[in-house]
Amino acid sequence: MKNEWPLWEVFIRGQHGMSHRHVGSLHAPDAEMAIKNARDVYTRRNEGVSIWVVEANHISASSPSDKGPLYEPSESKVYRHPTFYDIPDEVGAM
Amino acid sequence: MYAQMVKSEATQEDPEKLAAFQARIDAGEKIEPKDWMPEGYRKTLIRQIGQHAHSEIVGQLPEGNWITRAPTLERKAILLAKVQDEAGHGLYLYCAAETLGVSRDELTEMLLDGRMKYSSIFNYPTLNWADMGAVGWLVDGAAIMNQVPLQRTSFGPYSRAMIRVCKEESFHQRQGYDAIRKMAEGTPAQKKMAQDALNRMWYPSLMMFGPSDKDSVHSEQSMRWKIKMNTNDELRQKFVDQTVPQAEFLGLTIPDPKLKWNEERGHYDFSEPDWNEFHDVIRGNGPCNTDRLAARNKAWEDGRWVRDAMLAHARKKAARKIAAE
Repeated sequence: MKNEWPLWEVFIRGQHGMSHRHVGSLHAPDAEMAIKNARDVYTRRNEGVSIWVVEANHISASSPSDKGPLYEPSESKVYRHPTFYDIPDEVGAM
Repeated sequence: MYAQMVKSEATQEDPEKLAAFQARIDAGEKIEPKDWMPEGYRKTLIRQIGQHAHSEIVGQLPEGNWITRAPTLERKAILLAKVQDEAGHGLYLYCAAETLGVSRDELTEMLLDGRMKYSSIFNYPTLNWADMGAVGWLVDGAAIMNQVPLQRTSFGPYSRAMIRVCKEESFHQRQGYDAIRKMAEGTPAQKKMAQDALNRMWYPSLMMFGPSDKDSVHSEQSMRWKIKMNTNDELRQKFVDQTVPQAEFLGLTIPDPKLKWNEERGHYDFSEPDWNEFHDVIRGNGPCNTDRLAARNKAWEDGRWVRDAMLAHARKKAARKIAAE
């Protein structure tokens, strides 16, 4: 068996109530150590208040070649944006 | 520059695919790990990012040397934080390289058996406390010169690693300048030490940017691919122009009798470092090459049982958990 520590992806919630955000990855033998290492590697300057780690091989990702079929359908739907609608000035802010 | 003389790999692939790839880069798009990329692009990046990562890790040695002998508790805490940052920078970079299909352990082993290089600068010794100031000021200063433009490099993970590194690197240079300023403004003996550190570090720092453009054979392809953003001589000139006034402020003298402001060019003229010395250091004959590699090999070997034991423990715990379910 190969004795390399598995790769973990690290997600951190910053100070201001934002979602957890992917910040990078690291190696660790298990989840507990992954969190400890993430603390040392990715929050040395108060960057976070919460850490998620997930083993990289548990992540499923879309493939670059699916870019067209996945995202093109939303390009033609301008009515999904608020700017599509004209609101008369008299109505005020909306 | 932490990556010197990175050999770029020739690429033999479908010209149409190559042209489309180049068009993406020219349009300023980022290339992500799962995107199609030429084999040469991938291999050159592994070599460059790997060398960059190794430099961060080996770069901890000359400074780690002085942690226990820092003159005050404050300086010790600062140096400790800086050396810890370097470990972090190495890790960001290894992770970026890993997205290209090489593992961190493989990269480490290539460093340890000499197949991969690290920056020539770390093969020079740090003889006294003044060197800590000079390293932060000059070596980190030169590294920043290279790393700031690399934030715009075409490979997404490398670019993101550089953005993180640059955020932290400015502290490194400023603490170095602060440390050497304290000595330059101190007793005559301290000022002499500061000058001596500058004398020894100046040319090795200039070498960090790699050989002169006329001798730099690997630049063109890497620049087209936006793996390299500026030529070696451009960055070296920028570094000299930035550093000379900083030395003047300290009342220290750059050890180059030919150094002179050139009104016409709007830059300083300066002497090139001794390129024979540079190539000799790269070949393994610098003052500390043997020590540095021996220290990394020892750390790797001494740590093996810890790595193995932690993994065995994690596997046992996981197996127990499955059995209990």
